Formats: sequence, C-alpha cells, structure tokens
Amino acid sequence: MLYRENGQFKTSYAADQQIFPIAQDRWAILAIVAFAFVGVPLLVDEYLFRAILIPFLILALAALGVNILVGFCGQITLGAGAFMAVGAYAAYNFHIRIEDLPLLMSLLLGGLTSAVVGIFFGIPSLRVRGLYLAVATLAAQFFTDWVFLRVPWFTDNAASGSVSVSNLRIMGWQIDTPVSKYLFCLAFLTIFALLAKNMTRCAIGRQWMAIRDMDVAAEVIGIRPLFAKLSAFAVSSFFVGTAGALWGFIHLASWEPAAFSVDRSFQLLFMVIIGGLGSIMGSFFGAAFIVILPIALNQFLPALGGLFGVSISTAGVSHAELITFGALIIFFLIKEPHGIARLWSTGKEKLRLWPFPH
Amino acid sequence: MGFFLETLIGGLMAGMLYSLVALGFVLIFKASGVFNFAQGAMVLFAALAMARFSAWIPEWLGIDSRFLANTVAFLVSAALMFVVAWLIERLVLRYLVNQEGATLLMATLGIAYVLEGVGTSIFGSDIYKIDVGMPKDPVMILEGTFEGGLLINKEDLVAALVAAILVGLLALFFQKTTTGRALRAVADDHQAAQSIGIPLNRIWVIVWCVAGVVALVAGVIWGSKLGVQFSLVTVALRGLPVVILGGLTSIPGAIIGGLIIGVGEKLSEVYLGPMIGGGIEIWFAYQLALLFLLFRPQGLFGEKIIDRV
Amino acid sequence: MNRQFGEAILDLKNVSLVFGGVKALTDISFDVREHEIRAIIGPNGAGKSSMLNVINGVYRPQQGEIILRGRHFARMNPYKAAKAGISRTFQNIALFKGMSVIDNIMTGRNLKIGTNLLLQAIWWGPARREELAHRAKVEEVIDFLEIQHIRKTPVGRLPYGLQKRVDLGRALAMEPSILLLDEPMAGMNVEEKQDMCRFILDVNDQFGTTIVLIEHDMGVVMDISDRVVVLDYGRKIGDGTPDEVRADPEVISAYLGASH
Repeated sequence: MLYRENGQFKTSYAADQQIFPIAQDRWAILAIVAFAFVGVPLLVDEYLFRAILIPFLILALAALGVNILVGFCGQITLGAGAFMAVGAYAAYNFHIRIEDLPLLMSLLLGGLTSAVVGIFFGIPSLRVRGLYLAVATLAAQFFTDWVFLRVPWFTDNAASGSVSVSNLRIMGWQIDTPVSKYLFCLAFLTIFALLAKNMTRCAIGRQWMAIRDMDVAAEVIGIRPLFAKLSAFAVSSFFVGTAGALWGFIHLASWEPAAFSVDRSFQLLFMVIIGGLGSIMGSFFGAAFIVILPIALNQFLPALGGLFGVSISTAGVSHAELITFGALIIFFLIKEPHGIARLWSTGKEKLRLWPFPH
Repeated sequence: MGFFLETLIGGLMAGMLYSLVALGFVLIFKASGVFNFAQGAMVLFAALAMARFSAWIPEWLGIDSRFLANTVAFLVSAALMFVVAWLIERLVLRYLVNQEGATLLMATLGIAYVLEGVGTSIFGSDIYKIDVGMPKDPVMILEGTFEGGLLINKEDLVAALVAAILVGLLALFFQKTTTGRALRAVADDHQAAQSIGIPLNRIWVIVWCVAGVVALVAGVIWGSKLGVQFSLVTVALRGLPVVILGGLTSIPGAIIGGLIIGVGEKLSEVYLGPMIGGGIEIWFAYQLALLFLLFRPQGLFGEKIIDRV
Repeated sequence: MNRQFGEAILDLKNVSLVFGGVKALTDISFDVREHEIRAIIGPNGAGKSSMLNVINGVYRPQQGEIILRGRHFARMNPYKAAKAGISRTFQNIALFKGMSVIDNIMTGRNLKIGTNLLLQAIWWGPARREELAHRAKVEEVIDFLEIQHIRKTPVGRLPYGLQKRVDLGRALAMEPSILLLDEPMAGMNVEEKQDMCRFILDVNDQFGTTIVLIEHDMGVVMDISDRVVVLDYGRKIGDGTPDEVRADPEVISAYLGASH
C-alpha cells in the first residue's frame, strides 16, 4: 500500500518531466545511492569488492554505453570490446607520455579518443544496417586486437606485450585499497548514468530513438541520420572507452589485449539484451546478472555435484559453466525478450494498482 | 610471375574453404532469417565428433580398414548433427518465431556456448587429429609453362574439390527443389509462409541439418589440415566478412566472396604483410568487406532494399 | 464558400521518376497555391505516394524540378524539405513505436531545438528551458487533436485511428507551411473520418497551412479539397476543381474502366 502516487499532482511540465516522477521512486533511488556510497564500504569484505562490485560498476558503465548505441539508436554492435581497448590503451599512453597529467584527465582523454575512433567506425552505419552493420563492427574489434598486439608503440615497447600502471592518485588521494577503487568507480558510474539519462530524455535521445524506430520518417521530420547516428557512436564509445580505461587502470592494473577480446564484446551485448534494450536501469540489471552468474555457478556446481556424490573437476565446472550460461541466455530470450527491465516495470505497474489486477 | 600465381592459387584454395563456412551462414539466414553465430561452434562440434568417433569406432567394432572406420565415423557424426539440429529447433527456435534479428543472433550465441560446452564435455578438450587419408605431398604443375613450375599442395586441391562439389549440390537444392523454394519463402516472412501451409518447424530442422552437414565437411577439412582444437570456433568468424561481401542471402555470393577474400588475404599477407607487420589476415578480410560495403551496402549479390513509406 | 488563395507556393515541373524499369511517374506538372487544400487522387498504383515522396525528397526524380517559394530544387532531400517547412504523414503510419505519444510529437519540434548535446547531457539552463517550452507547444497540439488522455501511452499500444491522429500531431508540431497527408483516412470508420476531416479543415483554417492530400474516399475529397490532380499509371490525366474533374471524361474512364 506504500507504493501509490495518489495526491502527487503535477502543476508544471518541469515536475512532469523529472527522471522519477513518482515520489516513492525518488526516495528509493536516493536511499540506494546513499547506501552504495556510505553503507557498502562499511559492510562488505575485500573479496566481494574485487570479484563482484568493482567489475559490476565498470561493466555497468560500459553496458550503459552499449545500450545508448544498440538500445536507443538501434545500431547493433559486436565491437564494444574494441572501444574498451581503445579507451584503456589511449588512457595508458596519455598517462605515461604526459608528465603530471592528472589521472582523471588520462581516463577521460582515453574515453574521448575512443569516441573519435567510434565515430570513424560508425561511418559504415550511414550506408549499411542491421546485421550487415553488426558484422562491420567486428572489423573494429579485430583491427584493434591486432594493433595493440603488433604495434609496439601503443604498449610502450613492453617486451611481454602487457602494460601496467601503478601508484594511482587523484588530488592526493591514493587509489589502492579495494574500498577506494570501489568509491572511485561508483562516482564515475553515478555521474555517467545521470548524463545518460538526461541525454535520453532530451532532444538528442529522441533523435536516436526516432532513427531506431523508423529512420525514413525521422529524416522526413528533419532529423539528420548522419548526426544522430554518429553522435550515438561517439557518446557510446566515450562511455565504453572510459569504462575500458577504468577496467585497465583500476580493476586490472596490468593487462594485455586479450582483456578486451571479442568475447568481451559479446558479453557487453548480452548485458544490454538481458538487462533490457533502451533502458538505463536495464544496463545495471544486465551487468549484475552477467557478473554474478559465473561466480554463482562456480560456487554452486561443485556443491551440487557433492550432493550427488560426484566430484566435478575444474575443467568439468568450466564446461558446465559454458552450458548453463548459454542455456540461461536462451531461456531469458525466450521468456522475456525485452529483458529484466521489462519485468521490473511490469512489476512496478502491478504494485501501483495492487490489490487490483487492472 | 610463378610466385604470384602460386600465391593466387593458394588463395583460391583457401577461399574455397571460406566459401564452405560462409555457405553455412547463408543457408540458415536464407531459410530462417537467423544470423547463426553458432556456425563456428557447429564446425568445432562436428570436427570433434568426427575425430573422436574415427578413433573410437575401430576399437568398439574392431574395424581394421581406415576407410571403413572413417565412413562410419562420418555417418555417425552426421547423424549427431541431425540430432543437434532437431534439438535446436525443438528447444530454441520454435519459441522465437518473429523475434527481431538481434534477439535471434543472441540466441545463436547462447547455442554456441552450449554446443562448445557439451562438445568439450563429451569429446574432451585436447587437440585431436583427423586422418581421412588426404595426400600431404605437394605436386608440381605446368612445369613446361613456367620456369620451375607451380608448387601446389595436393591436400588443398582435394579440399577445394570437395568444397566445390558441395557448393554446387547446395545451389541446385536451393534453386531447383520445392523444399528450396519453401526455404526461401520462410526466410522472407515467417508468418506469411506459415499461413500458406509451409511447415515452418520442419523447414527449420531441414535447413539446420544441412548447415550441420556443411559444418561437418568444413570441420573435417579444416580439422585434417590444422588439427581439431578449440580455435576452430574462430574459423566461423573468418567466414563472416565473406558473407557480407557476397550478400547475406546469396549462395553464389558466398562462393565468390569466399574466393575474393581467400585471394585478398593471401596476396595481402605476402605483399603487404612484410611492410606493416605480420598477422594482418585477422582483420584484412574485414576491412576489405567493409570498404566494399560502403559502395554496395547489400553486398555483391544481396537483394537491394527500396524503402517504401 | 469564399476562399482566398495566394500565389503558387509549390510548383512541380515535368517530374519523372523511374525504379529500375518501372516508370512510377511520367512528366508530371502541377502547382499548389498558398492556403489551399490540394488533393491527389487516382487508382491504386497510380503513383500518388511516389508523388509525395518526390515533393519531400524521399525519392529523387530522374527528371524535372521542384520550385518551392521561387527556389528551384533539382534534387530535394528530406532534411531540406523539412527545413523549408514541409511536413507530412504516412500511409502506413510511420510512428516511432517504442516512444510515447508525447515523445513522438516532441520529435516534430526537432528542427526548432537549438541547444547542443553537452547542455542536454547536463540538463542545464537553456536546454532545460527549451525542453519545457517545446513541451508546452506540444501540449497545444495535443489539445488541438483531443488526445490528452493518451499522452503518455507508447504509440505501439494505440488503436489504428488514434495512431493516425498522433501521426498528424507529429507533423503539426513542426508548424509546417505545407502539410502533405498520405491517405489520412484510410481504414477509418465514419466517425473517425469525420473527426479527421474536421482536424484537416481546422488546420487549414486556423493556421493557414497549405495542404496536399491523397485520399481514396471520393466523397471526402470532393467535399474538402479546393483543387484536385488525377493520376493514372504515373501520368496526369486531370486537374481542376472537384466539379471540373468530376466531369472530365478521361477521369471517368480511368475510374470506371470504360473504353475510349
């Protein structure tokens, strides 16, 4: 009975166009954000930070970017991993080549570089659509794989091919403990999520969605496909690139191109499809699902085997993981092709009217 | 000149194999509108089955003849691919009629994971050999025409021949049979095809079976050349630029696209590779296809789409 | 009815359009005067929709030119047409299915939005003010079309008649000087048709919008239009006031299939 909007009358368009028009939603979200910043660092142990929370935050940021392109602008990409790589390696090069460049600048410049590369690889979208485009984006993936593996300049001639960063600090604040890494990523995600939400509820977001839903009609009402598509590629790649820089700098600290392989691209696409295309909230759901699932399976499968007196080898677990993962994806696509976000909003809709069905 | 021709012929041979992989994609796309990312997993799965059965069957049945053992192993693997096709239709596709392309693509990625997991669980995840008795020795041809003649791998020659025969058979099947026509109708519009009485489910099983056999042949050829291992999955990714170059719905496109990519890859590797560093074949085909798409968005032989409003 | 028309605002000269070997339009010329309601009629496949697509640049004719307020365009494109104040609705409703009614109509304001992406991203100052001002304009359109009750519904869930109305709303939000309507009443029942007629006449009357209209319902066409162009097999076979067209023997034979 608590979730009601009775008595919340809107007297201005501004009030009607808030991000969360229902007061209960606003409070709930504020409470969650406050808890994430204050409560979680006090309660959670180091393993959880490293294995789940930090990867979740960074991948959610990347998923947001992918969702802008795929979910809002309707341009399927299989090359998101490439833009994470560009972001990470660009940030790395800014970091080591420019003396005393603040860490924040390196990361954002990484994102910006990725945006520029994104625009370049977005050009085919002006000519080709749908699945042809999806394959075309793979070109970006394989090209960057090769570049960072074979062109030594990008890795500062590292003999092993892997690069590493250390001693990260921002305005005197050392980012080395799991808690500080977590807070740093959380701040990024919060701000970027807000930016994404604003864009998608504004003119630019409507342009993207118009192109996604019916591109001919969009052109007729004066939307330039060139601008709409390339801006989506740019913004998306900026998000994904920044996430890539964070993944390299904060999560891995030392990495090689394999960290951003085509599997990463598929993983990101899974996140937005399972989470919900065209939904900011969905990006979070999807990232959480994909990050937690393998860990949960890893814990759960040997226990299940033990229950039946079968011991499952490590290889067996990883095979079973693949199978379960694939099966769950298929299951999800069949049961709810619109993703977890749709389940969520249907649930809320039901709750608003409860106990009446309609 | 002789060297250039050798490279060219090598490219054509490799291209034939790409065509074979691309054909798997085109078949399924034509008949179900599904962009089948599991093609690579199917190649791996089929190749694993073939490799293991050809080792197991002589033990089980006490067959001495390698030819007989291989034939039985091939038939058993083909039967296994039929089962896989049937299961895919039964458990997945049936529930995804009329979904969007992106959703279907994701579903095939899910299928790919399951196939990889199941394949390696049953057959193991080591590197295996397939020995179908392909001749390994090179031959010299045209010794009279060029100085030194042209050096060609017999194995490649056989492989290309097999691929060519298969491609020809499939083209005939698609263009000349009633089932072929029904397949094309289904690709155009699931619901419309269903409403005029085409049994959608059976058509899908058939086409996935055919794609399974194509994957098996590709798996045997690639497997006997390179050994059966997990990296066979990426063979499919190499086939993708072929498909977009040739057009997603065109069988001749898959063949010619494959040849173009094969030749382009070999030539670029030999002449361009030394200049900008090795290993460029992993992206060269993609860039070639991409450049091409900018001028002809529907691919070489794809159908042109006219927007109607 | 005593109606005042201005000069010819839109003039089409010898337009021909070919798809592959198919001649969609052959050497068609006609003009549209300011503030009038101009109908294009003809049997199925006569090239009516192609004609509209040529006017707002979705199709590019091989020959001929379009003169809009004295400016010559050998080739129009949709963006230029929209900038020049041409908006349109679609035969098969080309709404943005994933968006709400409000957002759909808001897209019509797109050309009038001046703030850039960065300002919009932080939802600050000018971007926010602009968004709210356009929202107010859109609400006017919503009031005009009497669709207040569905403003937040995703358009995909609306019945056909209402979708047609939203389609018109999106075109109106552009505040066009020329409005192209492609079968605005197709598939509607009598009441819905009456509503739609009322909206079209009101738009023409209140805002002085010039209207080019394709319609199959002869009763409607003859009632509301000022002048009519008749197409058949991509050729113009008649042009004039409804009465003149009705009396034209060539038009009668095209419609009734009588032999010459």
